[in-house]
Amino acid sequence: MNYSQLFKDGLWDNNVAMGQMLALCPLLAVTTSATNGLGMGLASMAVLLMTNTLISSLRGIISPQVRIPVLIVLIATAVTLTDMVINAWMHDLYKVLGLFIALIVTNCAIFGRAESFASKQAIVPAMADAVAMGLGFTWVLVAIGAMREVLGSGTLFANASLLLGPHFAWLETQIFATSPDILIAILPPGAFMALGFLIVIKRIIDNRVRQPADTSLVQLQS
Amino acid sequence: MTSIAIMDRSHPVYQAVLLGGACAVVSLALIGGFLLTNETIAEKTMEDQLSSLNQVLPQGSYDNNPLDTMTPHEHPLLLRPAELITATKDGAITATAMQVTVAGWGGPIDMLVATQPDGEILGVRVISHKDTPGLADKIEIAKSSWITSFNGHSLTNTTEKQWAVQKDGGMFDQFTGATITPRAVVRGVHSALEIQADWQKNKPIQTTEADSE
Repeated sequence: MNYSQLFKDGLWDNNVAMGQMLALCPLLAVTTSATNGLGMGLASMAVLLMTNTLISSLRGIISPQVRIPVLIVLIATAVTLTDMVINAWMHDLYKVLGLFIALIVTNCAIFGRAESFASKQAIVPAMADAVAMGLGFTWVLVAIGAMREVLGSGTLFANASLLLGPHFAWLETQIFATSPDILIAILPPGAFMALGFLIVIKRIIDNRVRQPADTSLVQLQS
Repeated sequence: MTSIAIMDRSHPVYQAVLLGGACAVVSLALIGGFLLTNETIAEKTMEDQLSSLNQVLPQGSYDNNPLDTMTPHEHPLLLRPAELITATKDGAITATAMQVTVAGWGGPIDMLVATQPDGEILGVRVISHKDTPGLADKIEIAKSSWITSFNGHSLTNTTEKQWAVQKDGGMFDQFTGATITPRAVVRGVHSALEIQADWQKNKPIQTTEADSE
């Protein structure tokens, strides 16, 4: 198992949101601020780690014919249990994350990884894949959340201390003294635009990286 | 023979047992999870409700558990029956609070309206809403003090006509760009006061603890 390739895939090449174009529902819905993005990303990563481990360890039992209903049932249960546990014992966190945890069920990426990776791989690679994909999803969420938050409310990581504890209050910054109030950034269309710009940037970088190789090929042919 | 069927992963019996087994195990896990967390969640939810109640009721104004006194009251302008909560101290009613839900611009607006027994508003807070961030969220106390402009008003010192936003000839500010949201909040507060007045008039005669002892 090539772990550096696994992480390269998760963070960039085959990124959940920008490469596989999965998980767009929670991505577009919650990224009104960088803190929200971070919360959603971390919660998704935790659930992904849980389901990938579970499904990888059961891969010898689950038969190909009924794998889809079995995977759905397992994932839904994992999400529901996470929701209950956080609500009961981490209630302050739940007040910030509560909305997102239920939304994780709508995250196709969890099912996608279970189906295409965890159900075919040993436990350790499956866990590594969950961390790689989770980190990749998290940074995209934070990036889109940050873009929308800076333009819409003029802050960055507002309320981060509610999510991460008072030690992280330094993250909360006021970028503009008076909020630019570009409302569309916070409204739903802003989510589509921010995602669009991010994908364009990724494509441009990918092309730049590929081009030198291409020109050398052309030179060889001539 | 059946044991062979169960061992063979492509056999229909195996599929049925697997799917049934998965559902059974998962149900047990959910039942277990529910039983373990149920009580704690209920407790925390109650604490949340009490802490929002404490924002509108003066400190030390009650010695009962106000949440035990919840009674539903219908009102035509509300999305669902209001919950009327009474705060008592030494058996005498010190305040009432109404949890009301009105239709906003983007979804329901949940609010808490607290009044003195004579119907004068102690405080109003919006608990949750889905209206436009940046425009309509000035109804939140965290964003603007607008919501405190209701304090001190009642059905007697503010006429029926004045219970509206300024655009409609009333006395409460709307904000630029958002009229529907403040209009809904004013409507909700007014409905809550009507419910309170109605309840005040018709409430069963109070037997205070002092009387019964």
